[in-house]
Amino acid sequence: MSDPTPRAQELRIPSLARVEGETALYLRIHHGTVVEARLKIYEPPRFFEAFLRGRAHTEPPDLTSRICGICPVAYQMSACRAIEDACGVVVDGQLAALRRLLYCGEWIESQTLHIHMLHAPDFLGEDDVIGLSRSHLEHVKRGLRLKQTGNAVVELLGGRAIHPVNVRIGGFHRAPTRAELRPLEERLRTALDDAWDTVRWVAGFEFPDAECEADLLALAEPGTYAIESGVPTVLPYDAALPPYSFPLRDFTDHVAEEQVSHSTALHSRLDGRRHLTGALARWAVSGHLLSPLALQAAREAGLGDPPSQAGAGRGEVCRNPYRSILVRAVEVLYAVQEALRIISEYERPAHPYAEVPARAATGHGATEAPRGLLYHRYALDGRGRVTDARIVPPTAQNQGAIEEDLRRLVQAGLDRGEGSETELTRLCERAVRNHDPCISCSAHFLELDIERTR
Amino acid sequence: MSTPTTPQPPARPRLGVFKLASCDGCQLTLLDCEDELLCIAAELEIAHFPEASSEPAPGPYDLVLVEGSVSTPEHLERIRRIRADARHLVTIGACATAGGVQALRNYADVEGYLATVYARPEYIETLAASTPISAHVAVDFELRGCPIDRGQLVEVITAFLAGRKPAIPNHSVCFSCKRRGNVCVTVAHGTPCLGPVTHAGCGALCPTYGRGCYGCFGPAGTTNLPALVPLMQRDGMSEEDIGRFLHTFNVTAFTAVEEQGQPGTTDAEGPG
Repeated sequence: MSDPTPRAQELRIPSLARVEGETALYLRIHHGTVVEARLKIYEPPRFFEAFLRGRAHTEPPDLTSRICGICPVAYQMSACRAIEDACGVVVDGQLAALRRLLYCGEWIESQTLHIHMLHAPDFLGEDDVIGLSRSHLEHVKRGLRLKQTGNAVVELLGGRAIHPVNVRIGGFHRAPTRAELRPLEERLRTALDDAWDTVRWVAGFEFPDAECEADLLALAEPGTYAIESGVPTVLPYDAALPPYSFPLRDFTDHVAEEQVSHSTALHSRLDGRRHLTGALARWAVSGHLLSPLALQAAREAGLGDPPSQAGAGRGEVCRNPYRSILVRAVEVLYAVQEALRIISEYERPAHPYAEVPARAATGHGATEAPRGLLYHRYALDGRGRVTDARIVPPTAQNQGAIEEDLRRLVQAGLDRGEGSETELTRLCERAVRNHDPCISCSAHFLELDIERTR
Repeated sequence: MSTPTTPQPPARPRLGVFKLASCDGCQLTLLDCEDELLCIAAELEIAHFPEASSEPAPGPYDLVLVEGSVSTPEHLERIRRIRADARHLVTIGACATAGGVQALRNYADVEGYLATVYARPEYIETLAASTPISAHVAVDFELRGCPIDRGQLVEVITAFLAGRKPAIPNHSVCFSCKRRGNVCVTVAHGTPCLGPVTHAGCGALCPTYGRGCYGCFGPAGTTNLPALVPLMQRDGMSEEDIGRFLHTFNVTAFTAVEEQGQPGTTDAEGPG
């Protein structure tokens, strides 16, 4: 067209699917160049940080679990750690091991859900798991079985899979007996085979080339693959910058949330740069601490060896967001193995929880939710009332990196001549799903809004 | 009973799953029906379920499950459209049935809430109150719980397919506790418990784990809060503690019970 004035074309796709939460996408394309990609999160505000004020210090684990039905354990664990930190209590020994076991259950369940029901259909050209069950029934059945085993772990330790009831600050309301954990062992052994088969299955998918240009942020814990604790550790995208870590109490000095007009989620930046948390970041930071079996699975999956120390040393960092499904599959295998280890070493603690007397202080807690680092901070008064609460969920942190992925992938698509609405929508949805976003957390899914000017 | 392998039924009833303000946990419960999911998909056409499928199909739907509360101006519009497209509308969970934990704002200053969470509150559209679906449109059945119980969800879907009323009793958690053979945590240990006034459905989970029920299924069909409050006070709870205990995931529903239970009114009690 020869119209010299900028002319807008709008394309709309009602709601991005297979993502947890509600999101729309806005793309501005000028002369075939993507000039802007914005993820519009329209998840309604629910004001958790506001109504937490005035609540008792015992309440945030149950209250904040309701932020997300997909990763309630992550919320409960980050909340517990933050409050215990404020009160100067360290939960260790078998209680800490039980927490890790509970978290392994959520990892198995949530990662398996994403791999089989949300992400795999993208690689196999299906719309959903029901379609997938027609073409790949045995894989779907295996996924359901594996997911069910993850849920069984959470249900046994927590009472139910969604919003477990047995978690409290200091530990648990009731600690299981060894005999109660035994039936889990049998299921987890089957799950170990299923997890291997899952790794081999996803390894056979075709992965488009892509690179996520963002710093990688994950927790690091000496001697173990960090899940329920650790120190924030950064692997900058810029190779000239060395990897670094910072104390958790300084988290909000490094990760600054800012509000943008197109979203009810708050955007974050890490030391002024775009960053990514989640599976790819964990692989880069803690991959070398995976079990030998999980590392063998990673090699078979084509991930190679992870960096030999947090973000540095020999080995490969994986920055291709499509390949995050490989890391998730390896993490599921690891979580199954960890769960088996914890159960085999379990001795029932004398008390199911440590006392956590309230005091006036501020505490910080961070854990690795399946989709990335989840930070909580609470200020308490002398009676243990919450006077201030701050929650930084993984998807809000990843929003900038997801938008940049969208911009690059759509640009690459346009350059290949894939400019139709259908093609772009599919591409965008894939780009977003690569990061297993949890939109409810960040403030649900994809309405594509493309504005083209020429 | 039909079997999951019924050979090509002519037209399966169409299922729609919708979400307003919520955590996604109740609709996830459908995906958590690992043993039943493929059978359900064989009996029902899952026509609209954005969390699980990328090809949402337009209405009308025979059965609609709605999760979440009405909390933005856009929700008001959306819930009317959903209702118009739904032959049967079932709300799933405390948000859709009672406004959810986000209804705590109904008793607070929303402007202040916006300013606490968002630096630029003017970008955010929200209603002053988070309200249940039934406040806006007719609802055919309300399934309780934060989250809903998987077994109860399967019962609701099965009952719909069979054309009968769901067998969901509205008695208190105490009944479930007795059935499960639990020792009463209040009687034996002096642990404050909302079981006597809370709708059954979870299987008495909390008391099974040695904890007092925290009311996540909302009030039972009949309650006697004036009798329970003194017990909780005896067990060391202050008035403020009791207030917070009742005001969580079903704050609007328990507040209504509290108002009924004021001295001078007697309609809080009745035969089961």
